[in-house]
Amino acid sequence: MVVADLLSSFSPSPELHVLAVDDSFVDRKVIERLLRISACKVTTVESGTRALQYLGLDGDTGSSGLKDLKVNLIVTDYSMPGLTGYELLKKIKESSVFREIPVVIMSSENIQPRIEQCMTEGAEDFLLKPVKLADVKRLKELIMRSGEAEERKTTNPSPTRILQNDFDSSSSSTSSSSFHDGSSLDEDTQSSKRMKLEFTVQD
Amino acid sequence: MEKRQFRDYTISLYHQGFLDDQFTELKKLQDECSPDFVAEVVSLFFEDCEKLISNMARALDQTGNVDYKLVGSSVHQLKGSSSSVGAKRVKGLCVTLKECCDSQNYEGCVRCLQQVDIEYKSLKGKLQDLFNLEQQIVQAGGRIPQVDI
Repeated sequence: MVVADLLSSFSPSPELHVLAVDDSFVDRKVIERLLRISACKVTTVESGTRALQYLGLDGDTGSSGLKDLKVNLIVTDYSMPGLTGYELLKKIKESSVFREIPVVIMSSENIQPRIEQCMTEGAEDFLLKPVKLADVKRLKELIMRSGEAEERKTTNPSPTRILQNDFDSSSSSTSSSSFHDGSSLDEDTQSSKRMKLEFTVQD
Repeated sequence: MEKRQFRDYTISLYHQGFLDDQFTELKKLQDECSPDFVAEVVSLFFEDCEKLISNMARALDQTGNVDYKLVGSSVHQLKGSSSSVGAKRVKGLCVTLKECCDSQNYEGCVRCLQQVDIEYKSLKGKLQDLFNLEQQIVQAGGRIPQVDI
């Protein structure tokens, strides 16, 4: 499947639309630029509450117009006043409309229990700040591949992605999908700084 | 001449620990479509410095009734933005300030905050000099050299 076809089937617009949530003005500017330069459409908001408003999840039912602004990825800071990134993640995963949207958490602190908590709640990935171009490029590939996996799900019912709780440690079959701690698979020399998910799409 | 100066000055800023590789990352995001990106981001950062340092100074002024929680959250924010722009020395001082705040070491906080203030202003001056050198090169019709650290 050609990438262009994939993108057009995955989203109504040819670009990924990313919603970036961060209370820091500096960080919003940086993440916006990182995403734009990676050919994404970006909307930035300064809080979890504003993010929910944007998505129409704040109880305001007049949000049908937002369907045109389909969001393909949400990237959020963890530590924010008011609603934390984790709480935002939970609200999104509780929503039948938005739970399929991948959510990535960013944090300046490498706290293992925090990372695990977010991953268990369904976060797609956890990025350690400061975020670099390589991180965004990798994220984009991940999202596009998961879109491909969603496509294949409709034709091939076997799971192409296994979440943490389902990971079968006894499985050694090379054709099975699994996810690993980033250190074994990834080329990024700074992998020790961050916990990453890589998953292989079943072919 | 300016290119040589620019190169040397850039290298010295890294070697003296004023900047780290996150600043390099920001430069990667600058191009003909966004030629002032780095200058804009650092400008926001310096505004952040001014605001947050002022908040912390005010909190520390309430001797006997210092709101260490406020100081803590302000320094956390400042540490975050200094990290995002590659302001290595400022970030390092924020780490120390955070430690003083966590242990409610009043004298330590006051001293550290003064150092943060001096440091960000010093960096501001140096980056202004750097941007001026860039301007001179561009105005003379040249291209800004890529500097490998």
